[in-house]
Amino acid sequence: MSLALVLEQLLNGVQFGLMLFLMSAGLTLVFGVMGLINLAHGSLYMIGAFLCAAVAGATGNFWLGLMAGIAAAAAAGALIEMIVIRRLYARDHLDQVLATFALILILSEGVRMVFGPFPLYLNVPDSLRGTVSLGVVDYSLYRLALIGFGLAVAVGLWALIAKTRLGIQIRAGSTDREMIAALGVNIRALYTIVFALGAALAGLAGALVGAIQSVQVGMGEPVLIVAFVVIVIGGIGSIKGAMVGALLVGVIDTMGRFLLPRIFATFMDTSQAMGVGAALASMLIYLLMALVLIFRPKGLFPAHG
Amino acid sequence: MKTLRTTALAALTAGAMLGQAQADTVTVGMITTLSGGGAGLGVDVRDGFLLALEMADAHDINLVVEDDAQRPELAVQIAERMIQSERADILTGIIWSNLAMAVVPSTVAQDIFYISPNAGPSALAGANCHPNYFNAAWQNDMLHEAAGQHANVLGYENTFIMAPNYPAGTDALTGFKRYFEGELAGELFTQVGQTDYAAEIAQIRASGADSIFIFLPGGMGISFMRQFEQSGVDLPIVSAGFSFDQDVLPAMGSAALGVINTSQWSPDLENAANEAFVAAFQDAYGRLPSLYASQGFDTANLILSALSSADVADKDGFRDALRAADFASVRGDFSFAPNHHPVQTVYVREVVEVEGVLTNRIIGTAFEEHRDVHGENCTM
Repeated sequence: MSLALVLEQLLNGVQFGLMLFLMSAGLTLVFGVMGLINLAHGSLYMIGAFLCAAVAGATGNFWLGLMAGIAAAAAAGALIEMIVIRRLYARDHLDQVLATFALILILSEGVRMVFGPFPLYLNVPDSLRGTVSLGVVDYSLYRLALIGFGLAVAVGLWALIAKTRLGIQIRAGSTDREMIAALGVNIRALYTIVFALGAALAGLAGALVGAIQSVQVGMGEPVLIVAFVVIVIGGIGSIKGAMVGALLVGVIDTMGRFLLPRIFATFMDTSQAMGVGAALASMLIYLLMALVLIFRPKGLFPAHG
Repeated sequence: MKTLRTTALAALTAGAMLGQAQADTVTVGMITTLSGGGAGLGVDVRDGFLLALEMADAHDINLVVEDDAQRPELAVQIAERMIQSERADILTGIIWSNLAMAVVPSTVAQDIFYISPNAGPSALAGANCHPNYFNAAWQNDMLHEAAGQHANVLGYENTFIMAPNYPAGTDALTGFKRYFEGELAGELFTQVGQTDYAAEIAQIRASGADSIFIFLPGGMGISFMRQFEQSGVDLPIVSAGFSFDQDVLPAMGSAALGVINTSQWSPDLENAANEAFVAAFQDAYGRLPSLYASQGFDTANLILSALSSADVADKDGFRDALRAADFASVRGDFSFAPNHHPVQTVYVREVVEVEGVLTNRIIGTAFEEHRDVHGENCTM
């Protein structure tokens, strides 16, 4: 096992983590500000990927597709908030889960009706093809760009929340929504904006990841489950927690898949070790979540003290 | 679109007028995957099956189609409902081996026929074989055995092998290893439905392999190929046709060009049945058929051939009629081994581009009259 391989796996873990961050940031923001559990977040990820693939396919330009994906996800998010979600704020989480689960089914079937049951073609842009040398290892340029995108969005999100007027309102809204409504902030518009922002982040993640994965109906749900693990670990409602949680989950999942079968192979038959190692690796992030819940029931960075 | 009935209205009314209700119609229950990531496979099996009924002008079959969403517990519920309330005579349609393992044993035990258009787990071909279970596609290991055999022909000596961790995945690696004579540079199980293969590709790169064998059906294969292309790892891939057929090739794009894969069927296979099938499928659905569609088509024709010579209520007679496999398979010669799994030729194909569309072309033959090894353990 060489240093190059370990380094490459670390980069893979960080890249996976940053894409998870894009998903979980929106999820945690929506929960933190509006107290809403949104299971349909994965569908927005799917919408971003499908629109990106469709527009990139029609125009031949990935970046146009990417913008279309983000815009479509944001628009879908705003629309969903105004039509459905708005009626759920006062209700308990079980009603929210039920309604947003119904949205998953509706959006999945809707996308299938429009685009058909077969996966779409979406390739990485020409400018980001191939590999780049990082000294000891040749790394995929596109994955490196994904790391860059993830970091840029993280910084942008931090600046938005810490430095702008909208950010102040978002922070205030998550602490005391009655008070900021009393101070004259249009809370309905704020909620729509926050939901659309979360949706845009999911759409961005879907479009970016869609270029190296299969753009297909139902692609959002596996990511959604992991994104929930991330925000439970990080502390529900905390952007910082989402960042730390996402990187932890990304690196631990990747390293687990890589190392566990090897560890088992030292004292077991290879085929058996691969099976057991792979099975255990797929549980690793849930074990991590369980551990965090035992010692820090509100996550690593609880949003509300 | 949950339930779809193709009963011809005319046949029903005629039957009703003669006062014999549905006595002459046979109910076929199709449980297949029509939603989620695996939907492309189920849609093709269904469309192939429907096309065969249409081409045969079969009005006496009442086909009930239900979506299992790739979930075993749902498939079990649907099977029970089809047997109990729809009074299905024959079940078919399941794509995934883990679902087949959940549904088939209890179905055939209730004296209902199950004819598999796809999944062929080793357990059902060997010790757990059953007189009412027929597989019209292949036993899982078969195409992978052919891939292992052809890897020898290509002179690969150090191959990295990988498959998802479920019954068909273990069958795939076992099948490949049964015939491959070289060394294994590495062996990996991935998760079912996994979307990111960065960790696996890094290990392939570090392993010093001279070639790769993968079994990643549906969207898993698309994700892998897309990421493999961007990784800069330049190794030849040999695979079974499942991961490189018409359901995924358009989405894979140029990454798949030149990949060698094995299959019992190919769109360019030259026989009258296949030429008619490929043309009619394109006509009806506006796309090229996949091997899954060919299997759905053959399954329907197998059932039709048996129905034409025996009554489904006469279980022994119908079983014998199925066993005779007296139909023109689109794959050419086809017969059943004693364990009710196919004896057939397995071809070697290459992914090529024809008039801007990615498809497969036959470049050789891996096995002739090939049958699975599990049949030895089948005592019926």
